[in-house]
This record gives sequence, C-alpha cells and structure tokens, in this order.
Amino acid sequence: MKKEHASFNPYDNNGGTCVAIAGADYCVIAADTRMSSGYNILTRDYSKVCKLADKCLLASSGFQADVKALQKVLGARHLIYQHQHNKQMSCPAMAQLLSNTLYYKRFFPYYAFNVLGGLDDEGKGVVYTYDAVGSYEKVGYSSQGSGSTLIMPFLDNQLKSPSPLLLPPQDAVTPLSEAEAVDLVKTTFVSAAERDIYTGDKLEIVILNADGIRREYMDLRKD
Amino acid sequence: MELNHEQQTQFGPQADSQRTLYPYVTGTSVVALKYKDGILMAADMGASYGSTLRYKSVERMKAVGKHSLLGASGEISDFQELLRSLDELILYDNMWDDGNSLGPKELHNYLTRVMYNRRNKFDPFWNSLVLGGVKNGEKYLGMVTMLGVNFEDNHVATGFGNHLARPILRDGWHEDLSYEDGVKLLEKCMRVLLYRDRSAVNKLQIAKITEEGVTVSQPYSLKTFWGFSAFQNPTVGAEGSW
Repeated sequence: MKKEHASFNPYDNNGGTCVAIAGADYCVIAADTRMSSGYNILTRDYSKVCKLADKCLLASSGFQADVKALQKVLGARHLIYQHQHNKQMSCPAMAQLLSNTLYYKRFFPYYAFNVLGGLDDEGKGVVYTYDAVGSYEKVGYSSQGSGSTLIMPFLDNQLKSPSPLLLPPQDAVTPLSEAEAVDLVKTTFVSAAERDIYTGDKLEIVILNADGIRREYMDLRKD
Repeated sequence: MELNHEQQTQFGPQADSQRTLYPYVTGTSVVALKYKDGILMAADMGASYGSTLRYKSVERMKAVGKHSLLGASGEISDFQELLRSLDELILYDNMWDDGNSLGPKELHNYLTRVMYNRRNKFDPFWNSLVLGGVKNGEKYLGMVTMLGVNFEDNHVATGFGNHLARPILRDGWHEDLSYEDGVKLLEKCMRVLLYRDRSAVNKLQIAKITEEGVTVSQPYSLKTFWGFSAFQNPTVGAEGSW
C-alpha cells in the first residue's frame, strides 16, 4: 500500500560552519552566525560558539535543538565538576567528556558536528574534532559543518600539518602568528560563504590566549 | 509475558494512535515583530482540515501569564493542549505568592524544553510557536519549532510567512517602529499571505503586548483588490487551454 504521509523526522539540519586553529600560545575558534532550515534562513544572528570553561570553547553546527541540549548537558556536568574539584575543567578533560556525552546517545545521536578549541595546562593551543557519535581526534586545526568540505582542504594546503604517522610524533600546533591565523580564518569563511548556501551573514571569531577571551566579528555574504 | 496497563498503552496496539504522526486541523502563518513599546503579532483565524477550510473563527494567539503572548501555527489541538498545560504552569507559579512571575524569556525557554522533550519521545507537538513579551522594560520575541529548534529575532514568521513575510519585514522593520507603522507593516505581510497562501483567510487578529499587558484585537478583514484583468479571464492568451 502506498504511504499517505511522510513519517515524522526528528532531525533537521540547520547548517553552519565551524573552524578552529591552534597556535603555540593561542587558539582561534570561529563560526558563522546563519541558522537555516532547508532553503529558509531562520535567523542571521545566531551564535554557534559556546564557552564551556575558562580555557575551553565549543563551536557546533548541525541540528540546533540537539546542539542546545548538548551544550546544556556539558554545562551541567562542568558545574558538578567545579563543585567536586574546585577548579575549571581542562580542555583535554572536556574533550573526553564531550566524546562520552556524544557516544552515550550512540543509537539516537545528537546530530551535532563539533570542534572544541582551547588552551592546555601549558597554555598551548589545542583543537579537538568530532563526529556526531563521539569519535574524536586531537589536531592542530579543523573544520566541521556544512562548509567543511570547502574549508578543510584549503586549511590542509595552507597549514601543512605534520603527519600524525610520524615517529617521534610532531607537534600539531600551527606555525602561524595569532594575527595570521585570524586572517586565514576570515579568508576561509569568505570563500565558504561564496559557495555554501548554509554559510553566511556574519562571522564570529573567538580568540583565546594568555590575556583571556576576545571576540571579533566580520560581515559575510547575506544571500 | 503479561503487559501491565501502562506498558500496553506504550507498546500495545493503541500505541500508534497516541502519537501525532501527522497534523489534522492546522493553522497557517503567524507573523510578529518588535516595535517601540513591545511586540505586535498577527495571525488569521482559519483552521484547515487538509485542504478543507474547516473552522473560520479559531484564535491562534493567546496571552500566557501577565507578560507574554503566544501564537501558534500547525496542529490546533496540540496548541490548545499546550495552552492548558501553560495555564496550569502559570497557576502553580502564582501559588507561591512570592511576587515572582514567569517572564517571556522563561516561558520561551520552557517551551523549547517541552517541544524538544516531545520530539525525543517521537510524540511531537506539531506546531511552530511564536512567543512575544515585555517584562521589566525588556522586549522579547522568539520562536520554537516542533523539533525544538529555537531562536530570538527582531521579527519572526512561521510557515509560509517565512517565505513571504520575512523579506517584507527585513525591508520595512526598524528599531523604533511606532504602533501605527507596526500594524501597517503586519497588514502588508498578511495581505501578501492572503493573496498567495491558499489556506489563509481574510479574517485576522492583531495582538499587542506592552508593559501594560496584552490586547488581542477583534477579528477584522483586510481590503483586497481582485479586479486585475489577468484575474478576470486568465485563459485569454493561453492558446490551447480550456
């Protein structure tokens, strides 16, 4: 018999692109502020970057409702951690927590594509990149979301990170200065907004270094 | 294994019938915007049963508590059920008698959790909700979809309104819109929707919320013009057509 109605789909893809770059003494985390659904733009000013701890920032794209739920869980778990240990969670610890939180819903996943950026205990930049079910890897730079297919190869070409297969292992942080990294992020997003309809409106760049957190904004294509 | 009553209703043969698998009676677009003193919202009063215009006097905007206004498109029964539970929430909140009350920000957040929770149960409220309000001099306007997707903006529109009204709003909206200009802008949107959205009807309400409270207007209709020559005999010039 022919199906009369489309069955309920619990997921939506609200698009968006996230990028993070780790440097020797900084970390740059960026995402566009467009939120879409299908061919509609729902809003042009929605921040995808979430501060999880003092030295830990999460940029997420995918299904906004899941992303929000994920941020709430991580926020609650971090509050418990603070009460138990009387300190902020480190970025590597948050990275593992995020992986476990995603895998906990392995069979009804959070449709969220995350890049976690921050500073480690030595103040060195770190970036962790994820899939929706919790697989993760520590890298020097990464991109996730609808524009990642356009941005990632460009980043590979520009940053030429040492192969993770090298022995002894090489440091993954990029050789760029902070200002160069911010410029590179701006360039990638201008390019992504040109070809990806889910990326645009505005770019939010969050820079984390020894001085603290700084935010920069840049306009992107609005069409 | 024997199933007890609760398990039976959850997994038994009636399980399917307890979920909104698709909407039955639906309302179309809601359009809302921030203006100088608060929020203005517009919605027509039609409710469709598929493509049948089943009801023509359905209120799709209601005050919730003292500081908020809720508008909905989508399944009408789900909206009315939601209003009942919201009334209960407000009542229980009021019973603390501590002088605190839920504001639009709190209610919007509550609604996002309700909608997301129901989608997680695969038993969604089939609505797009618009929540506007003013509390302590702060204007608030947000939206929630049936999946729990939510955001705030200076102007929002559900369904067809997202396609047809939002471009008009982006063009005509500014921060200190007066009440008269706000209503004019909403009517411009509703007129376009009336012409182009087949499930829209020419009987609408405009609701206003300010620091003073909520007022939902009496139903009224917009002036339309159907006399374009192309409307008179659309088949003229279309050779080979009947």
